[in-house]
Formats: sequence, C-alpha cells, structure tokens
Amino acid sequence: MVAYSKKVMEHFMNPRNVGEIKDADGIGEIGNPVCGDMMSFYIKVKDNKLEDIKFKTFGCGAAIAVSSMVSEAAKGKTLDEALRITNKDIAKKLGGLPKNKLHCSNLGADALHKAIKDYLDKKGK
Amino acid sequence: MNSKIKKDSKKRIFFDNASTTRIDDQVFKEMESYFRENYGNPSSLHDFGELAKSAVESARKKVANLIGASAEEIYFTSCGTESNNLALWGLARTLKGKGNHIISSVIEHHSVLNPLKEMKKNGWNISLVPVDKCGLINTKDIENEITGSTILISIMHANNEIGTIQKLKEISLIAKKNNIIFHSDGVATAGIIPVNVRELGIDAYSFSAQQLHGPKGVAALFIKKGTRIKPIFLGGTQEEGRRAGTENVPGIVGFGKACELAKIKMEDNIKYISKLRDNLINGIINKVKNVKLNGHTTDRLPGNVHISFKYIEGESILLMLNMEGIAAASGSSCTSQALKSSHVLNAIGLSPTMAQGSVLFSLGKYNTAEEVSRLLEVLPPIVKRLREMSPIYKE
Repeated sequence: MVAYSKKVMEHFMNPRNVGEIKDADGIGEIGNPVCGDMMSFYIKVKDNKLEDIKFKTFGCGAAIAVSSMVSEAAKGKTLDEALRITNKDIAKKLGGLPKNKLHCSNLGADALHKAIKDYLDKKGK
Repeated sequence: MNSKIKKDSKKRIFFDNASTTRIDDQVFKEMESYFRENYGNPSSLHDFGELAKSAVESARKKVANLIGASAEEIYFTSCGTESNNLALWGLARTLKGKGNHIISSVIEHHSVLNPLKEMKKNGWNISLVPVDKCGLINTKDIENEITGSTILISIMHANNEIGTIQKLKEISLIAKKNNIIFHSDGVATAGIIPVNVRELGIDAYSFSAQQLHGPKGVAALFIKKGTRIKPIFLGGTQEEGRRAGTENVPGIVGFGKACELAKIKMEDNIKYISKLRDNLINGIINKVKNVKLNGHTTDRLPGNVHISFKYIEGESILLMLNMEGIAAASGSSCTSQALKSSHVLNAIGLSPTMAQGSVLFSLGKYNTAEEVSRLLEVLPPIVKRLREMSPIYKE
C-alpha cells in the first residue's frame, strides 16, 4: 500500500520504543496535528550516551516508521553520533520512502536533535 | 502487481465504493461481444459500424431513462471529470455574451473547482457559497450572490466525501426564477438515489458509469434539449458535434446495462445499503469513544459513513485496515497526493486535527453484514493502538 517498503511496514506494525519518559533528560517536539504529523521524543542520557529513547507520534505510516527507526538508530549512541544521524540515513535504513513522504523523515531526525538540544540547554544552565 | 496485495487467508473487503465500484456481472457479460465480435466504429457505414451504432443508441436510451431524460439529451464522455469540464467550459463560453458570473459551492469536487479556478484567471467571476457544519447549502446564500451577469449555477447533488445530499429542487427554482442555467455534478448520486431531471428542474447533469457498477472510462452529461453548449473536444462529428472522438462502444453498452439494473434495483439497494450503513455508524459510535460522524444525519447517501477519530491520523488507520484486507479512504493530508487535507472537511468547519483523523467507509450493494461485523471487530483495537502512540491522546 502507498508503495511503502517492507521495512517501513515492519516498523509501522511493530514500532520500537513507543512511550514517554516521565523524568526525561530532554524532550523534543516537532510538527503539529494541523499539518498531519507530530512527533515527541523523550531521551535519558547517561555518560554522554542515549541510554533510553521513547517517542509518541501522531501521523501517517511513514511518520510512525520513521520515529521507530530514529529511536532504534540512536539508542545507545553518544550524543555526537546521534546528532550526526540525518534524514537521509533514516530513509535509507527504511529502504527508501515514497517521494511525497520524505518530509516525514525530516521530522524524525529533527525531533531527536531537538530533544538532545533540550538536554544540552538544560545542562548548560 | 499481485506482489503488492497481501496474499493471505483474509478476505478482501471493499468499503471504498465512493472511489469506484465493482462491475456488475451482467454488465460485464453485456459488454463482451463489443470487444470480440461487434467491434466496429459507430461512424462507419458498413454493417460492423451499424451494429456498433445501434448498440450505442440503445444504451443511450437506458442511460437517459435512469434520470428521466430523453435519449437525445445524453452525451457520452470518458469520465465524470470530463462531463464537469464540458458542462462548465461549454456552457460558460456559449453564454459569454450574456454575462460572466458563475455561482458554485466550496465543497464541489476538484473537477468543478479547478476548472472554475482556471476560468477566474480567464475573465469569469466566480462566487463559491459556503456550507453549514452538516455540509448543507443555504439557498438564500445562492440567491444573494445572483447579479445581472450570472449565467450559470453549478451545485453538486451530493458530496462524495461526507455524503450530504443538497436540496436541488429549491436551488433550481431560484435558478429558473432568475433565468440562469443550472448544472449539477451527479457523479455521487445517479444510480444511487432517485434522480429525475424534469422534477428537479435542472439543465445539465454529470454522472459516471463506474459509480453505479458499470465500467471505468465512460460517463455522461445530460443537457436539456434546447440548451446550447460549445464542445471542448474538437474533431469528428460524434455526439451531435458536442463531443468528438470514437465512442467507447463496450463501455457505453456497459453503462446502459448498469443504468438499467440500477433503476430496477434502486429501492431494494437503498434499503439494503442504508441498513448496513446505519449498523456500521451505530456500531462505531458504541464501540469507540471520541468519534464524530460527519455530514448530514438524515439527508445523506445510503452508503456513506464518514467518521473522524480524535487523536489519530487517517492514513495510519487505513494502513492497518489494509493489513486486515479492508479498503477504505481518508481526508487527511497524508492521503492526498497534494498533501493537503480535504477542502470539504475544512468547509464544514471540522478542526484540523479531526480532519486529519477522518476515515470514509463507503458501502455498496456488494457489501454484507458479515463484512460490517468484521470491520467493527478490527477497528476498535486499531484505534486503541494508534491512540496509545499519540502524543495528543487524553483518555
């Protein structure tokens, strides 16, 4: 359906890391329901690594799959490594996305980076 | 191509009759010989041509009969979109000497709105009347827009998305009173609910075969006798010079048969489909919290179930339903090729979030009570799953 790859469908039907972290070290929110896509990422940082990541997403198949893949790709990585994850990486890992869904991959990486920035901002205070 | 369709034991269920319908077996049977044996061009002088021509004319009568028109008032086109384009451009250009103002509505199909948009850039004035939150037009709004330059009113009979049926008779009276030509896009209604162009008092009516269990690729435009219209397809002299191009003979034959069957079975179909529709609506409302039925509660198409599911998005619902073998549609931006949420849902004042969470189940004569039960079985868990994932979900 909608020319989604097998990998996208897999992440859509069995998304990893869905949820919230109550005492998150950083939170990144992107998009809004008006546009049709909204992602919230929650991170727990230990020794400069992403010890835990959870997400909640309002959106289409691509949005959910991207959120899941971003969380999987970033979990356990150092903050620097996570900040270097790009939309292209995510789309590639998912076996590609239909052209009109590529913007969903933008949201995923951006939401993660926003959460990391939130943590760094809080830490800096 | 079958690799994209999940091959498993789940029965395929089609709840997307608003997009197209399964061809009736009798229609298909009727068409066959016009591919294989009677394949002549109706414009040819020889017997092959004569047979094809006669089949086209016989079908024309049946198509006319469905809407209470005469055969000579029916012109065949390739699709509903073409019929709408022919009606708008054809009538407006003919009447350019009389005026340049056209009145339509905000909830029309894109095949009416987009030609009107283009016409606006080319010297016509366009007024689009609003609808209320049920999708109904207030006829006073149309009356208030009328000026000395108004030449055409175009209002769809029923909306394909939310199912609301307009009060066409009231609108046609206003058009008549003011000597204005009245066109209606009847793609969602012909063959589905009773239509009589004389009773309704309309001058032009578009409708399509694929919406009434006929084949794709053929449609019609009714133009009341005596109404002049300039063609948009120029070439040969087919369709009395109003639509050039070799006729889709098998398609037209199929269209005729489909209209014939639709007329005979209409009352039974309406009863049957409405019952399924109401059971589905009640089922969803009882089993799922935070949902809204869109469109008019009583003046709605017999098979239309348009629901907004709060807190979740339409495409993800459709994807999960598709995994269960169930086909439906949505008005969310993710499901539109243009990535815009439905203009119809905007027009009825639905909040953007609810518009994104909309799903259309459109039932037809081939759907069954078992299929509705299956949908009611799989839908609540799907909604639950997606709500658990949603950042805006509040129990």
